[in-house]
Amino acid sequence: MTPHALAPAIHIEDLVVGFGRQTVLDHLSLDVYRGEIMGLVGASGGGKSVLLRTIIGLLPKRHGKIEVLGTDFDASAATDIQLIGRRWGILFQQGALFSSLTVLQNVQFPMREHLDLPQALMDEVALAKLEMVGLGKNDAAKFPSELSGGMTKRAALARALALDPEVVFLDEPTSGLDPIAAGDFDSLIMTLQRTLGVTVFMITHDLDSLYTVCNRVAALVAGKIVAIGPIADVLASPHPWVQAYFRGTRGSKRSQASRERS
Amino acid sequence: MQPTAGLIYAADRDEARLKATGVWTATTASAAETLVQQSLERARGLQSVVVDISAIGELDTYGAWLLERIIRRCRADGVSAEMTAVPERFKGLLEAVHETTGAPVETRKRTPFPLAMLEATGRAFPQFGADATAFAEMLGALTVATWRVILHPRRFRFTSAIHHLDRVGWQALPIMLLISFLIGAIIAQQGIFHFRKFGADVYVVDLVGILILREIGVLLIAIMAAGRSGSSYTAELGSMKMREEIDALRTMGLDPVEVLMVPRVLALIVALPILVFFGALAALYGGGLIMWLYGGMSLEIFIARLQEAVSVTHFKVGIIKAPFMALVIGVVACSEGLRVKGSAESLGLQTTTSVVKSIFLVIVLDGLFAVFFASIGM
Repeated sequence: MTPHALAPAIHIEDLVVGFGRQTVLDHLSLDVYRGEIMGLVGASGGGKSVLLRTIIGLLPKRHGKIEVLGTDFDASAATDIQLIGRRWGILFQQGALFSSLTVLQNVQFPMREHLDLPQALMDEVALAKLEMVGLGKNDAAKFPSELSGGMTKRAALARALALDPEVVFLDEPTSGLDPIAAGDFDSLIMTLQRTLGVTVFMITHDLDSLYTVCNRVAALVAGKIVAIGPIADVLASPHPWVQAYFRGTRGSKRSQASRERS
Repeated sequence: MQPTAGLIYAADRDEARLKATGVWTATTASAAETLVQQSLERARGLQSVVVDISAIGELDTYGAWLLERIIRRCRADGVSAEMTAVPERFKGLLEAVHETTGAPVETRKRTPFPLAMLEATGRAFPQFGADATAFAEMLGALTVATWRVILHPRRFRFTSAIHHLDRVGWQALPIMLLISFLIGAIIAQQGIFHFRKFGADVYVVDLVGILILREIGVLLIAIMAAGRSGSSYTAELGSMKMREEIDALRTMGLDPVEVLMVPRVLALIVALPILVFFGALAALYGGGLIMWLYGGMSLEIFIARLQEAVSVTHFKVGIIKAPFMALVIGVVACSEGLRVKGSAESLGLQTTTSVVKSIFLVIVLDGLFAVFFASIGM
């Protein structure tokens, strides 16, 4: 299935975002096609989370156009924007689980809001989703304050996937996970892409995820996308930051290993 | 034995030899600094300084910095300085400290006191404007959300509203009753002591009845609700904001005002008049008890006098204020909750601000109502 068949899932054109006198995103353009997994890398504090939050409508933009699944937020009525909540899922960096609800209730929350299902079905599906991300029945009744960092991330992922969305935004999904859990997460993402055609927009520093899972990688440096394409193309980019990121002491071992594998 | 730092000074014509001994760590840092200062004083005017570190037992960043400081000060004064006999294990640390820039931290200039006061007063005005805008914004958002809920009743968060009604209404009842009872008793007691001089004991009933029903009953309950319920709303919403839960709600296509704030404010608006009613009753009971204990007034006379003194108008005046005060407390609490930034300190600050502002606005509102009711003759 060619990912380019339909209109892009996420279309960003000439985006400018800033705070006060500081411009964080400088005329940035980016397209994420349907069914592809896009990884976004950039320096810490360089604007990756700002980009994500602007796309999902939490931060205002100064200029530019953003379209997600064909919905342009500027030109749409409020109801269209509410409907998009049904078609996307977001994993926040700290999880952002609702602290007064149990893990199971957290996963069921989008179901309750957008669908009209009997309680038993919701319980079964929510539990299935928790098991898909690696949590169990015993974790379902816990409150977010009782979870470890890794479990919080997994529960938040289950909630992001609760409605089987078309687009999933992930903000550093594997940070804080042990290598086994991170590997399981990578396989889960690839399964979702294969079976449901989910588009994934992932901010990550995890070089393993970038090499194994992402169809394309974009590098955000100084408010612009300086390199974009399959990982091989990005590795070949002459931009100094990209070189330092992938070929520095940590990156070079990974790139060697992946070259040996392919 | 206490760890100590040592710095042995020996001068040889134009050169000073400093031999550092003992423990140069955070624990001995202040003593070591004194030694360093003394040595630098004594070495003034000499051409070169050599620091021998071979006899140091333990070294950490503090010790390394003090040694580095000797070198830097000397060089700044034009004296040549170097460290000799550096043990292998300290080399890495000394190099790392040597590479720090040591640039001075920029301290903000403090404006002198009288000017600072003027500045603070000046800053208060746009701050006041910003607060008023925030209040109006939240009031507007709540109105719009409530209107939407009225048009689509199925979207109303009934369970949430009842839960909050339980928390700010039913669970608050005992403490409100107790405090109102005590205040009623206190007012009556003071009234008796002073009115007795004029032989006007019986008019204490008028005092207690009218004051409680018109003013004190409402104000007291409203102030306590601001402290109890307003602060809890602010803290809840603030910590939800800190944990990005409100952002998560937004991205799920839900309106946080409709989901979180409408049920809370509505619960407060329903609960407060009920609390005021029962609170006023409790206060009258308190007053009656004191009249009996201190004033020797029997229950029948108290009730008869009360019936003559107060009318339904007084009760109406009090109870009409209640929902408006509840609205003010709710709007301020929600508005301040959303202003919480990322830190725990910010949460505490906004909670305090919420309580102070709502109490202030409640009293201002009370004053406005007093003018209003006076003008329509109620």
